[in-house]
Amino acid sequence: MQYLVSVIHDSADLATPDEMAAIDVFNDRLQAEGHWVFAGGLAAPSSATVIDSRGEEAIFTDGPFLESKEYLVGFWVMEAPDLDVALKLADEGSKACNRKLEVRPFL
Amino acid sequence: MQPEARGAAVPVSVEVAGEAVTQAHHQEWARVVAALARRFGDLDIAEEAAAEAFATAVQRWPADGVPPNPGAWLTTTAQRKAIDRIRRENKLVGKQKEAQLLYDDDPPEPVGAIEDERLRLIFTCCHPALALETRVALTLRMVAGLTTPEIARAFLVQETTVGQRITRAKAKIKAARIPYRVPSAEDLPARVSGVLAVLFLVFNEGYLATSSGSDPVRHDLTAETIRLTRLIRALMPQDGEVAGLLALMLLTEARRAARVSASGELVTLGEQDRGAWDAALIAEGHRLVRERLAARVAPGRYQILAAISAVHTSARDVRDTDWSQVVALYDQLVRLDPSPIIALNRAIAVAELDGPEVALAAVDRLEYRLAGYHAYQATRADLLRRLGRSQESRAAYDKAIELAGNTAETAALTRRRDQLG
Repeated sequence: MQYLVSVIHDSADLATPDEMAAIDVFNDRLQAEGHWVFAGGLAAPSSATVIDSRGEEAIFTDGPFLESKEYLVGFWVMEAPDLDVALKLADEGSKACNRKLEVRPFL
Repeated sequence: MQPEARGAAVPVSVEVAGEAVTQAHHQEWARVVAALARRFGDLDIAEEAAAEAFATAVQRWPADGVPPNPGAWLTTTAQRKAIDRIRRENKLVGKQKEAQLLYDDDPPEPVGAIEDERLRLIFTCCHPALALETRVALTLRMVAGLTTPEIARAFLVQETTVGQRITRAKAKIKAARIPYRVPSAEDLPARVSGVLAVLFLVFNEGYLATSSGSDPVRHDLTAETIRLTRLIRALMPQDGEVAGLLALMLLTEARRAARVSASGELVTLGEQDRGAWDAALIAEGHRLVRERLAARVAPGRYQILAAISAVHTSARDVRDTDWSQVVALYDQLVRLDPSPIIALNRAIAVAELDGPEVALAAVDRLEYRLAGYHAYQATRADLLRRLGRSQESRAAYDKAIELAGNTAETAALTRRRDQLG
């Protein structure tokens, strides 16, 4: 079972050196215990482009699909047997990166 | 073997069969749902199949007779219905699952395992990833077997809202894979408070059933929640709030026999025949309250409520009640829980200590939040009656009668209203 663990924050500022060190420790653990699938940080929402090709012509829109005070700044894809394990990992991840997380299952 | 072939096929009247189905529903619903949820790992299938099994019982039992073990009959029938549905929807994946589904005549589970099954069901329904109101609705539906209209009435919300909450919750449990198990020892303390909140609400529904179609006091629900709370206490004997909730339930249940009169009216605490209270349950409740006092740890809300109940049940006559102690405990409770319902109950105690006028002023301040709550209107009606304000009292009784779903409560309120000068 895989879960998307989104990092939600109100600024796209990079993690501080302390936060980065804690994230590294957390990532090492995810890999050692077999929970790691993928992870990454994202550039600011203002750098996004929305594309809609359902019509005859592709429509490009500058910026994110939704403007909000808080937004996605990074994510993990984690392997976990059930939600209890995923939530426990997310609890540690939130402490490590010092940001709010959202846990959402893949289909 | 066909489940219906197990017992002697002695046809019974529709009334007798209907009574047996009702009784089985009270006693076996949670077991059937828990057994199916465990087996198929899907609450939706478990609930639907359980409901179908009970519907089949309504059709079959008059002609075939009531089976000697209704619970086993219902579980087996529900398992067949679930397998039919899974086959119909072509949900089978892999030979292993197919094989598991083929061997469906399981021997009945040993009693210990079944109790564990129901605990599992409760912890799943009370998972912290679900909103509190969702946990309550789900537990009432899955564990207590209440219908959606009954749940809606109990919590003053729309039926459609309750239906959506349950549907969404079942979908989330499945999609996010909320596990079907009792949490590990280290996670238990954090998980148990959510379960207690739900058990308390279910107990209250049992103690003052809100459905006009059901018995005024649903002993099956109160007994079930007491049983489940005892199971949780066995898991966590040191937890003060578990002990507090159990004490509160026991001290409340102890008064059950005195709560509804021979003519079917709800009898208030002050007017109950205290000789009819269950002395053994009171003694057990008082022991738990003393145990918590001796622990010298700041009490939570259930321990305070249990202490209030202990003050009431210590008085041989209502006139001997230590009302200043009751009000002091409510003051302590209000600091923990600023809910308007607690404030309403505090006002009822204040009426005994400082008189109905002081109490009415406190009650009136709650109108904005409680105007649609029958107990608010009933309390106001009573205070206005004691103050000799008959006309206003009558209007409040009218509103209370309109809002109250409990048949015994409606009867008592109607008599009080009709006695107004």
